[in-house]
Amino acid sequence: MRTDIIAVMPVIIVTLAACAVLLAEAFRRRDEQMPLGWFALVGLLGAMGSSIFLWNRNLVGFGVVSADNFSLFMNVTIGVVGVLTVFLSMGPAERDRLPIGEYYALMLFTVVGMMLMGSSMDLLVIFLALEIMSLGVYVMTGLKRSSEQGAEAAFKYFVLGAFSSAFFLFGIALTYATTGTTKLDEMGIRIAALAIEPHNLLLMIAMVMLLVGFAFKVAAVPFHMWTPDAYQGAPTLVTGFMSTGVKAAAFAAFVRVFLTALQPLRADWIPVLSAIAGLTMILGAVVGVAQQNVKRMLAYSSIAHAGYLLIGLIAANAAGKAAILFYLVAYAVTNLGAFGVLAALSTAEAPHDEIRDFAGLWHERPGMAAMMTVFLLSLGGFPLTVGFIAKWAIFSAALQEHLVALAILGVLTSVVSVFFYLRVVVAMYMVDEKAPGRRPSLPPFAMVGLLLAVASVLYLGVMPGQVLRLAADAVAAIF
Amino acid sequence: MNLPFLSLLVLVPLVGGVMTLAASKSGHDGLVRKFALVVSLATFALSLWLWWRFDPTSADFQFVERHTWLPEFGISYHVGLDGISLLLVVLTTFLTPIALLCSWESIEKRVREFSFFMLALEAAMIGVFISLDLFLFYLFWDAMLIPMYFLIGVWGYDRRIYAAVKFILYTMAGSVLMLLAIISLAYYHQVATGVVSFDLLDLYALNIPPELQVWFFLAFTVAFAIKVPLFPFHTWLPDAHVEAPTAGSVILAGVLLKMGTYGLLRFSFPLFPYATHIFVPYIAVLAVVGIVYGALVAMVQPDMKKLVAYSSVSHLGFVVLGLCALDVVGTQGAVYQMLAHGISTGGLFLIVGMLSDRRHTRQIAEYGGLKGVTPRLVAAFLLITLASIALPGMNGFVGEFLILVGTFTSSVPLHVDMRVFAAVAATGVILSAVYMLWMFQRVNYGPVTNPKNRGLRDLSAREWWVIGPVCAMCIFMGVAPNVFLKPMEPSVKRVVAYIVGSGPARAELAKPGGSSLAKTVAGEASTPASPTSPYVARNFSSASASFKGR
Repeated sequence: MRTDIIAVMPVIIVTLAACAVLLAEAFRRRDEQMPLGWFALVGLLGAMGSSIFLWNRNLVGFGVVSADNFSLFMNVTIGVVGVLTVFLSMGPAERDRLPIGEYYALMLFTVVGMMLMGSSMDLLVIFLALEIMSLGVYVMTGLKRSSEQGAEAAFKYFVLGAFSSAFFLFGIALTYATTGTTKLDEMGIRIAALAIEPHNLLLMIAMVMLLVGFAFKVAAVPFHMWTPDAYQGAPTLVTGFMSTGVKAAAFAAFVRVFLTALQPLRADWIPVLSAIAGLTMILGAVVGVAQQNVKRMLAYSSIAHAGYLLIGLIAANAAGKAAILFYLVAYAVTNLGAFGVLAALSTAEAPHDEIRDFAGLWHERPGMAAMMTVFLLSLGGFPLTVGFIAKWAIFSAALQEHLVALAILGVLTSVVSVFFYLRVVVAMYMVDEKAPGRRPSLPPFAMVGLLLAVASVLYLGVMPGQVLRLAADAVAAIF
Repeated sequence: MNLPFLSLLVLVPLVGGVMTLAASKSGHDGLVRKFALVVSLATFALSLWLWWRFDPTSADFQFVERHTWLPEFGISYHVGLDGISLLLVVLTTFLTPIALLCSWESIEKRVREFSFFMLALEAAMIGVFISLDLFLFYLFWDAMLIPMYFLIGVWGYDRRIYAAVKFILYTMAGSVLMLLAIISLAYYHQVATGVVSFDLLDLYALNIPPELQVWFFLAFTVAFAIKVPLFPFHTWLPDAHVEAPTAGSVILAGVLLKMGTYGLLRFSFPLFPYATHIFVPYIAVLAVVGIVYGALVAMVQPDMKKLVAYSSVSHLGFVVLGLCALDVVGTQGAVYQMLAHGISTGGLFLIVGMLSDRRHTRQIAEYGGLKGVTPRLVAAFLLITLASIALPGMNGFVGEFLILVGTFTSSVPLHVDMRVFAAVAATGVILSAVYMLWMFQRVNYGPVTNPKNRGLRDLSAREWWVIGPVCAMCIFMGVAPNVFLKPMEPSVKRVVAYIVGSGPARAELAKPGGSSLAKTVAGEASTPASPTSPYVARNFSSASASFKGR
């Protein structure tokens, strides 16, 4: 019992922090200022600390939540996403008149779901975690009640998300029907026995349904339709949070389910996933070129990045799994930074998220322009930023497995995506006209968040060794 | 005195560049300019000092530094200089202060950032030339695009954004495939030896199967061919050169293009000797086409800058042809021509920049009769023009002469006669005289037809310092070529030996049942180390011997 509780300690700490925020909000008088962000920060740092404490101990909580190194690595990654989001929200969230108490509480509950997703060893718990995470994100998308666009985005996201959850649940039911268990490790053994018979149809359908559920959450083609609308409609801070956190959590569960329980069916899912990965990279890069809105552009960039991550999953060697973990960290710090800049530039009246709104930013805000440039170059995979190391890790895993076609497609689509990342740089530095409107001043804590993100992008771009090693340790633990 | 000199060579401009950014926002432009110039001069002094300490009799890499970086992935921080990279580093550090000095008045906005990008560019370019680890090399190779992109895009002329984006996308499209080849090569090293390694010296020792060599060679060579640029990959070059500010054009033509030919010489050819022997005839054809095509297109340009840009296509064709000769003389000529072209074309861009600073146009038709107006400028113009068209006694002559001699006498047993290429390429020398002298004549001789040209001021003191060193180098390199040929000789011999002689492809080529081409190569190159082999003996008689009497 005691080890059970210790194993789920990170999740408990975040839950307690979330409850504390809710209670504080309940007792808060109107117009009273409360440091709710700091509550969230304490909870997240506590969860990260306890995850680090649990490293290498391989505890299992209640038979379904595993505190192996893989989960713990994901916990820390999601913790980083949370901490950066909190920093970036201090100031911009009040300015955008988001309901602060609900905002931080929902964020922490979503983090609980995300952390659970990465550590569950049972399909049903994964489903629960998925729902905890998704419900939080749906509400956060529509958190700005006065915004029509936000309401539309939340509704779209919710309906499509519920649809995909149903697929996922049906997949779980069918797997249970064929294997008689929802526990991943036992399921792997039984599927290995079943897979000897060629093409168990029910099992194939179950696998495809699970795939649909995951592909929806990671925004892979053809289940990506919600992404641009939800990203554009949600408050910018929420978009940054969900684009990085949801993707990380969903990929953690994706990797765990497909490389443990469904590993025996690898020959069957590789062609499907390869096609999805190829289409995802192409669509993300090509459609991204046509976007005028930076949030929409980053949505398509997020789709393209899902494609690169899928290559790691298809390669499925030790290097590939470690590359996925590293990529998720890289994407988290980079993308959150980019959305942080966007959030810092928006005002209460207008979001200022069109590419033309960036015109001449260099003259007014050289620091912000420089940071945005670093984030965009990292998203494009330029050397000396973490984005390059992440892409390099993914592609070298793919080449080790002789996935030459996917690797070539990957690098060529990344050149295409460089084109649209550079459009923002062109607007900031090279066009002569200036964007209309006043630029708001940057709140100090948001500045701290941005500086943290820039520092990690550059540091991990030059000295990635330690995190790469930790990622390798993390995957060595469970596969 | 065992300081990490090569790291300092990269760090001095990089740190200096970051320090210029720290200057306060306005009012200190003059100070920032001076500071950047001092930093670049210090880098130049450091590189000269390295040359002083360089042992010209050794073919080995010198000043080597090696530190583990990502040991699990076989990546280390490994840098070193041999005779070839030494000269290119000195070229880089020589041209950067000149480029900074020539922008003294023409760059008025954002001086801090301009200085930062120039110095960051210098650091990245030096990094490319000194890297002995393919991962490190790629890092610098791609990182260099960013400052150049900003230099063109922010400080360029009217169509600068189009040119900057085209430049970066074009170059990246080629280099990402090279990245995949680099990764595959490192993992092939793992397959062959058990450890993964990105180290160039480890990879030289590999014996790569022919069919893999072909793919690797293509991936590397396309990336380098875009950079050179080899016909038909040259279409980014006129745009980038014309739209870039003068300093950008000088660096672009002077150093960046050399990275392509340096890459061929350092990576493509010696790493994949088998594939080199297969593809060299085709590359030579493209080089010759580039020589003639570049010259013909240059002839009809109404814009001086575009004319010089196309002349680069032509001159770089010579360099590639010299490399394709696969012998010591041709390769030495190619390296020499890289330096000479860097100096003389850099000088031409400086002259064009000075004229367009005065008149704000680069159209040849707008000028005429400048000889009487600005005699000193025209004198420098004439000297550099003559250097560019390879007048004997000037730097261009040495390179082109050696390239033609090397190509003509090349005895690499290919199924084509290299002498044909040499003959066609020689027409390029004539054509270059046509387009350069014709432009010179239209700009400088005759009466002053355009009243705006009256009263143009002649060279200022600062401009003397810009153009003077370039003119001096044009002459010095023409009369004392051995100063430059000597230090590169052992290194060139070693690279050529990798490609034709003791290269690891020998065993593969000697395999029974190979193509007739392979058999001939293997037959002739089977005893490379033995001085009795006439093929090797002839090849290894070097270029400096032919300049002994000068």
